[in-house]
Amino acid sequence: MAKLARLELTGEELDEATTRLAGMLAHFADIDALNLDDVEPMTQPYELVNVMRDDAPLDTLDHDEVLAAAPDASDGRFGVPPILGLEL
Amino acid sequence: MSDVGIWTHDGFEMVVGLEVHVELATNTKLFSGAPNRFGDDPNTNIDPVSLGLPGALPVLNRQAVELAMRIGLALNCTVQSCTFARKNYFYPDMPKAYQISQYDRPLNIDGHLEIADGIVIGIERAHLEEDTGKSTHIGGSGRIHGSEGSMIDFNRAGVPLVEIVSRPDIRSPEQARQYVNELRAILVEIGASDARMEEGSMRVDANVSVRRPGEEFGTRCEIKNVNSVRSLGRAIDYEARRQIAMISDGEAIRQETRHWDEGDGRTHTLRTKEDADDYRYFPDPDLVPLDPGNEWIESVRANLPMLPAARRIRLAEMTGQSAAAEAIATIVERRQDDYVIAVAEIAGGADRVLIHVKEAFSEQGSEPTVPAADLAALVAMEVAGELTSTQTKTLLGDLVDQGGGDPAAMAAARGFEAMYTSELDGFVDAAIAADPDAWAKFCAGDGKAMGALVGHVMKASRGQADGKAVTAMLNARKG
Amino acid sequence: MSGFQNARSIVEAVSTGATSAVDVLSEHLARIDEREAEVHAFNLVLREEALQAAQQIDDRIAAGEVVGPLAGVPIALKDNLCTRGIPTTCSSKILDGWRPPYDATVVSRLASSGAVFVGKTNLDEFAMGSSTENSAFGPTRNPLDTSRVPGGSSGGSAAAVAAGFAAMSLGSDTGGSIRQPAALCGLVGVKPTYGAVSRLGLIAFASSLDQIGPFTHDVADAALLLESIAGHDPGDSTSIPQPFPSLSESLTRGVDGMRIGRIVDLPAGADAEVVASVDRAFDVLASAGAEIVDVSIPAFTYGLTAYYLIAPAEASSNLARYDGVRFGSRVEAPDTNSMYMATRGEGFGPEVKRRIMLGTYALSAGYYDAYYGKALKVRRLMAEDFAKVYQSVDALITPASPSVAFPFGSKTSDPLAMYLCDTYTIPSNLIGHPAMSVPFGSGEQDLPIGVQVLAPEMGEPTMFAVAAELERAAGGSHV
Repeated sequence: MAKLARLELTGEELDEATTRLAGMLAHFADIDALNLDDVEPMTQPYELVNVMRDDAPLDTLDHDEVLAAAPDASDGRFGVPPILGLEL
Repeated sequence: MSDVGIWTHDGFEMVVGLEVHVELATNTKLFSGAPNRFGDDPNTNIDPVSLGLPGALPVLNRQAVELAMRIGLALNCTVQSCTFARKNYFYPDMPKAYQISQYDRPLNIDGHLEIADGIVIGIERAHLEEDTGKSTHIGGSGRIHGSEGSMIDFNRAGVPLVEIVSRPDIRSPEQARQYVNELRAILVEIGASDARMEEGSMRVDANVSVRRPGEEFGTRCEIKNVNSVRSLGRAIDYEARRQIAMISDGEAIRQETRHWDEGDGRTHTLRTKEDADDYRYFPDPDLVPLDPGNEWIESVRANLPMLPAARRIRLAEMTGQSAAAEAIATIVERRQDDYVIAVAEIAGGADRVLIHVKEAFSEQGSEPTVPAADLAALVAMEVAGELTSTQTKTLLGDLVDQGGGDPAAMAAARGFEAMYTSELDGFVDAAIAADPDAWAKFCAGDGKAMGALVGHVMKASRGQADGKAVTAMLNARKG
Repeated sequence: MSGFQNARSIVEAVSTGATSAVDVLSEHLARIDEREAEVHAFNLVLREEALQAAQQIDDRIAAGEVVGPLAGVPIALKDNLCTRGIPTTCSSKILDGWRPPYDATVVSRLASSGAVFVGKTNLDEFAMGSSTENSAFGPTRNPLDTSRVPGGSSGGSAAAVAAGFAAMSLGSDTGGSIRQPAALCGLVGVKPTYGAVSRLGLIAFASSLDQIGPFTHDVADAALLLESIAGHDPGDSTSIPQPFPSLSESLTRGVDGMRIGRIVDLPAGADAEVVASVDRAFDVLASAGAEIVDVSIPAFTYGLTAYYLIAPAEASSNLARYDGVRFGSRVEAPDTNSMYMATRGEGFGPEVKRRIMLGTYALSAGYYDAYYGKALKVRRLMAEDFAKVYQSVDALITPASPSVAFPFGSKTSDPLAMYLCDTYTIPSNLIGHPAMSVPFGSGEQDLPIGVQVLAPEMGEPTMFAVAAELERAAGGSHV
């Protein structure tokens, strides 16, 4: 799970997390008692639909302001170390 | 028409499905107002949504929906109410570390595309999703392996894409090529995209497996990095043979994603199924469902332009050709069919117009510079027998070079005399009179005798008579 | 709380020139100088910027301009609200020093209303927590008793108002993060109807639950602040299109004829003194002419479980963008994947990491249906239960927090104990209904108790009417 979430955990953190999470999951068993077969999932509180905008340009960000906030930028681009073992 | 039906090797057939990603021709991105433009300086068409900045929120672009619906309807899909889902994975060109796409309920489903007489490729879905940024790799000759790092440009991040997923109905490299070509023609015709593989506005991935006909589907591999229609055919062919060889050796095919290398003409493992992340799809809580409704759907359907297949049929009917004829395909592909029809409506002789435009207008584009009336005038003269086919061809070249002109004047300038029917009549009379034996033989059914008579006419007219017209005249007189 | 000037009187005094915005601000800054070191409400005090802003307001008023409904009011902003060019950290190391290139919508709206921003307040890291003990920059102390927590996650915003550092503040509420600290600090805290206040620029924790809302000294101030920030925003797809209702009439309307629900199957766990306060609240409302109706909400008790599956799931996706590529801190590493792991491992605190992992698990293949999928259905059940209940009542009353402010460290070893703090506040987030906490009575050590008023969607007018009545009875602000 930590790998999927790209989280580096110390051995201690991992133990602590595992224990706590196991405890929480045990608590969550309470919803298993419910019969949810005919219930529709609710992703959002309201039944809003069809929120759209016109295909007209809005303000873009200041290129320099954005790159100044980057951990590593050069030539107008964001730099990262070699990409290995990732999705393409 | 090249053979689209059959591909077999060692008793196996190939089973291919294609996933085509198409960049939509909108002004702005799918979920934000940043410009959708190719070729600008890096990281200038960006906003909080494109960069995945904290606190940014997506808002759906109505025009992207319109174009996506056009694509679905042009591919005979059902357009339905739909939702957006997050596809979660980490990659530097993914600003949010998730891509907003459609999973459970895509916009368009269950369509089909006919690629040649009778061959229909099923289309499972065509859904909306956002594009990623672009990485350039430093060092390592531009490939990821051995690179020192990568530089990311987010101009492309958030550009609207439609992903068109075919059913695994394709059975040969040629069918695959046809599918992509026809798809491209449709996309351009409906104004949804310029669909250029070389520029990346259309990207094709192939899912390839093999089987003995009638057996169940085999394990498939996904092939990526195919950058042209030609490569697509080569890659599919290679991959199918690779799999067949493995099976024949008793090896199992591993389900994986493979990279096509144009240089060495082979596919190579990119990642296996086990390496793949779990995308943890869930409905995007920042967006609400999209329900286009019948009114909008029918209005898009009603406003669809005539699609290439329908255009081919129309042109074929008008010119007396088969819809599958090469000339028809060429003219429609060049989008010159409206022009051909316009010329033929003035002059008649649609079949002649077709041939002339096919042969002489390859550089002309969809709006030929030669005014329809001018070409019509030329064809009229040809049909009336006033010009030989050689003369017609010459004048045709002149019209193209000069961007139009008056064919009659041009003929005169070149010294092509119109061979009027009455004059021709006279020559034919003279020929019959001069060689009554030949005439008698010809009337009795000896076709060879006609040659002598035609020869007389040609000599008398100093070669200016149109052979075909003479023949027609002799035949008519024979009765 | 008592003795501090409310915002309405500040606006009145500043707009009429009776006092200057600079003077008002200086009073607040003096209190910050005196006690901030002890309380630590702020991650960043905006002394110079605030003085400039206050001066500008005074200049404009002197020039005869009408400045706005919040003219000269010192306001503190939770540090998960984007403020352009001003560090916004979510109290996390991973965003330490990050300056957003844009303002949150609520920030722009407040600025145009004439508000003066005094600082960015401390919170539980990424809004995950109920005590502000999870901040990467140290905890905030309850100004009423500095050995105790102010509540969370908006502990800094609550403390800032309770200590008189600001006259009002904005927090965010995902599971109770405004209402619980309000209760613990003796303030009014409001979570509006989901979609009533734009989330654009609020750094997301759980997108379908988050809402921004006010901390104020009294109910009328809360109405004023809420009206200034609420209303449709086309930049937020989940923003309610209808105009936000006016609240002024609610403040004086009283509860005569209203039906107020008492939930008979409310989960147990509230301390006796809190229960007693709530009982007295019912008595007060009954005396003021309301009818008290017993109702049952069977699904209420499952709220905690549903929340602790939905919120972390959404959070795990929302927090994936913190990867060191485009902004924030980065830990260098030989390849991108390692960089992600190290950056996030180092930059996130333990509670955030735990919730990300829990959320990732709840969404993962094979577990989605059992966890996240189920939780979404429980949510629907709750919505249905509440809808039924609101057919027979206009509003509900419950405890806000199960206890008064608790000592530091008393709940940190058992996460379940901490999560139980949200028992009564969570349902409103899950179903998107408005809810607010009003100070009503006190418990041990004279610490304040908050009573929670719940109303149906867009039911703020009813909710505020009930709250105003409770406030009157408690001897609070007179309108």
